[in-house]
Amino acid sequence: MNIHEYQAKQVLAGFGAPIAQGVAITSADQAADAIAALPGPVWVVKSQIHAGGRGKGTFRELGPEAKGGVRVSFSAREALDNVHDMLGKTLITKQTGPAGKQVNRLYIEDGAAIDRELYLSILVDRETGKTSFVASTEGGMDIEAVAEQTPDKIHTISITASEGVTEADADRIADALELSGDTRTQGRTLFTALYDAFTTKDMSLLEINPLIVTESGDIQVLDAKISFDGNALFRHPDIMELRDETEEDAKEIEASRHDLAYIALDGEIGCMVNGAGLAMATMDIIKLYGAAPANFLDVGGGATTEKVTAAFKIITSDPNVKGILVNIFGGIMRCDVIAKGVVQAVKDVGLTVPLVVRLEGTKVAEGKAIINDSGLNVIAADDLDDAAQKIVKAVKG
Amino acid sequence: MSILIDRNTKVIVQGLTGKTGSFHTEQALAYHGTQMVAGTHPKKGGTNWAGSNGESLPIYASVAEAKEATGATASVIYVPPAGAAAAIEEAIDAGIDLITCITEGVPVLDMVRVKEKLDHSPSRLVGPNCPGLMTPDECKIGIMPGSIFRKGSVGVLSRSGTLTYEAVYQTSVAGLGQTTAVGIGGDPVKGTEFIDMLELFLADDETKSIIMIGEIGGSAEEDAAQFLTDEAKRGRKKPVVGFIAGRTAPAGRTMGHAGAVISGGKGGAEDKIEAMKAAGIRVAPSPAKLGETLVELLAE
Repeated sequence: MNIHEYQAKQVLAGFGAPIAQGVAITSADQAADAIAALPGPVWVVKSQIHAGGRGKGTFRELGPEAKGGVRVSFSAREALDNVHDMLGKTLITKQTGPAGKQVNRLYIEDGAAIDRELYLSILVDRETGKTSFVASTEGGMDIEAVAEQTPDKIHTISITASEGVTEADADRIADALELSGDTRTQGRTLFTALYDAFTTKDMSLLEINPLIVTESGDIQVLDAKISFDGNALFRHPDIMELRDETEEDAKEIEASRHDLAYIALDGEIGCMVNGAGLAMATMDIIKLYGAAPANFLDVGGGATTEKVTAAFKIITSDPNVKGILVNIFGGIMRCDVIAKGVVQAVKDVGLTVPLVVRLEGTKVAEGKAIINDSGLNVIAADDLDDAAQKIVKAVKG
Repeated sequence: MSILIDRNTKVIVQGLTGKTGSFHTEQALAYHGTQMVAGTHPKKGGTNWAGSNGESLPIYASVAEAKEATGATASVIYVPPAGAAAAIEEAIDAGIDLITCITEGVPVLDMVRVKEKLDHSPSRLVGPNCPGLMTPDECKIGIMPGSIFRKGSVGVLSRSGTLTYEAVYQTSVAGLGQTTAVGIGGDPVKGTEFIDMLELFLADDETKSIIMIGEIGGSAEEDAAQFLTDEAKRGRKKPVVGFIAGRTAPAGRTMGHAGAVISGGKGGAEDKIEAMKAAGIRVAPSPAKLGETLVELLAE
C-alpha cells in the first residue's frame, strides 16, 4: 500500500525525523489559511499523487509552457496562484502512464535553503534476505539513472535484524553520504529513526529523495515515499486509515474487498485463473497467440462460489473486454466450485462476449458436467494451449 | 531415489486443528500412507485430532514434544500469517530438519528475522507461500493434488503452485513422471532458493532431467542459471527445461505473489530467459509446452 508524501512525512516525524513545516489541502478555499500558517518567504506547492516524477510532470489541461507538479513560489500571491492552477487538474508523469492522475490534494510546504541533495532509502534486499540502506550523494535525481551511469556512487549497507543499526553501520551510511561535524551527528540519529520507522510500521520501501543538508548545515527530509507491506497491514490499523482509494482503480478496490488479486490491464481478453504464476502465464500465452490480456486475476486457492461470481462480475464490468478465458488447474481449488460460480455469475449478469473455460485437476469431471448441463454458450477447452487459441480466435476471428 | 522426502519421512503438522490443516492432512494420509504422525497446538496438547474419515493423530503442546515422542524429522505449517513466523522459529528451535511453510501472506520483515535464525541453524525451510513437496507414491507434504503425479525421472521445481501442477501433469502425460516436485514459493524472502534444489537434483541418480519454473522479480533465476553453468564446467550436467511467467506483466505492479514484481528496472522476464538460454536451459515457449519441450530435448 502506498501513501502520499505529506502522510509519509507525518509518519516519519512521529519517529523524530526532521521535516519542514507544511499543510495539506483538498480545496482552494483552504489555501489562504495554509499559506498564512507558514513563515515564508518561500512556499513550495506540491501535487499529492501516488506516482513519482511530479516535478518534471505536465498537466493535461494546461499548455506545454506550464510548470510541473511541484512549484516553488516566492510570494503568498504566487503560491495561491499555483494552488488554483494545479488543484483538480490531471498530472502526467513518467510513472502515471499517459492517462495521468487527477491532483485532488496539494501539500504546501515551507521552502528550504538547500546546500546539498542526497539520496537515502531502506528496503528489503531479497538477494540477502536482509533489510538494507541504500545511500548516495547523488540526491534529487532518478536513482535508477545514477545506478546505471555511476554505480560506484551507490552504497548498500545491510542491517542484521537482531542487532539493528549499529555504530559501524551508521558510520558507513554517514561516510557514503559524506557527512561531517554536527551534520553527521544529526544524520546518525536520523538513520536509527528511519530504521525504527521502517521496522515498526512494516514498510516495504522508504525512500527519501532528496534528503537535504540546508545552508545552515541541518539535515531535512525534503521528499518521502513510503510503501507498506500489504501482508502486515493487519497489525497497523493506523496505517490502513491513510489509504486513499481515489488513487486506485475502482475494479481493483472491488476485487480487494473480495480478497481477489486483480490488476487492470489494457487488453481485450478478461482472464480468471487460480494461482499467481498460472495467471501470469495465461496472460503470456494470450499475447503469444496475438491478443492482449485485459487483466491479471488470481482467484486464489480457497475460492468459494460467491468469490468466483464476484470475480466474473469485475471482469465483465470492464468495457474493453471482448472475450473471457477461465483457466483453472484445481489443487486445493475444486473445479466444481469454479463451474458453479461461473454459471451463477452468467445467470446474474448475462454473457455478451465469448467465454472459453479450461478445467483440470481436482473434481474436473464434476466441473465439466456442471458447465455442460447449464445450457450456457461456453466453449470448452482441453488444455491451456487449446484454451488460449480458442479465445483469441473467438475475439479476433 | 528422490530428494528430501520419501516413504520413511515422518511429518508433524503445525496448525493441524484448523480447517486447512485438517483437510490437507486427510489428503496426505490418504496419499500412499504418507507418515503424518502428530499435530501441535499450544493449548490442546494431550488431545487427539480426528479426521472426517475416522483418522486420528495425537496433538502435542509443542513441536519439541511431538518430535521427541514420534521421531519426526519434518514439519508442515498451516498456521495463519500472523503466527507463521513464530511457528517456523519453534520448528527451528526443536531441531526439525525439513520445515515446510504453506501459509500465504507472511509479513516480509517477519521472514527477514526468520531467515537470520535459519542461517544459524541446520534446519531447511521450504516456503512460505508455497504448495510444498511431493515424492510420487511415497510422501506428500503440502497441498499439491496427488492424482496428477506419476513416479518417474523428472525433478520439478517452481516458484508457482499451479505452474508446478502444469509441469507435473504434462510430464505425467508424456510418460516421464517425476522423482520429486518442490514448490519453493512466491515470496521475496524465503527459506529455499532454486540453487539449493538444483544441487540436490543434480546429485540424485534417479533424476534424469529437470524442469525449473521461475517468474518475474528478483534474480534467483539468473543465479540458478549461473550455478548450472558453473556445475556444467565441473562435469555435472542434466537436461533442463525452463519457463518464466510474467513476460506481459507491467513494471511496478505486484502480480499476486509478493515476490513477483519488476522494480527499479530489475526482475523482468526477458533478462531471466536470456540467462537461462545462456546456461543451456531449453526455455519452453509457452506454459502448455513444458512436457513437450522436455521430450524434444531428451530425444536429441
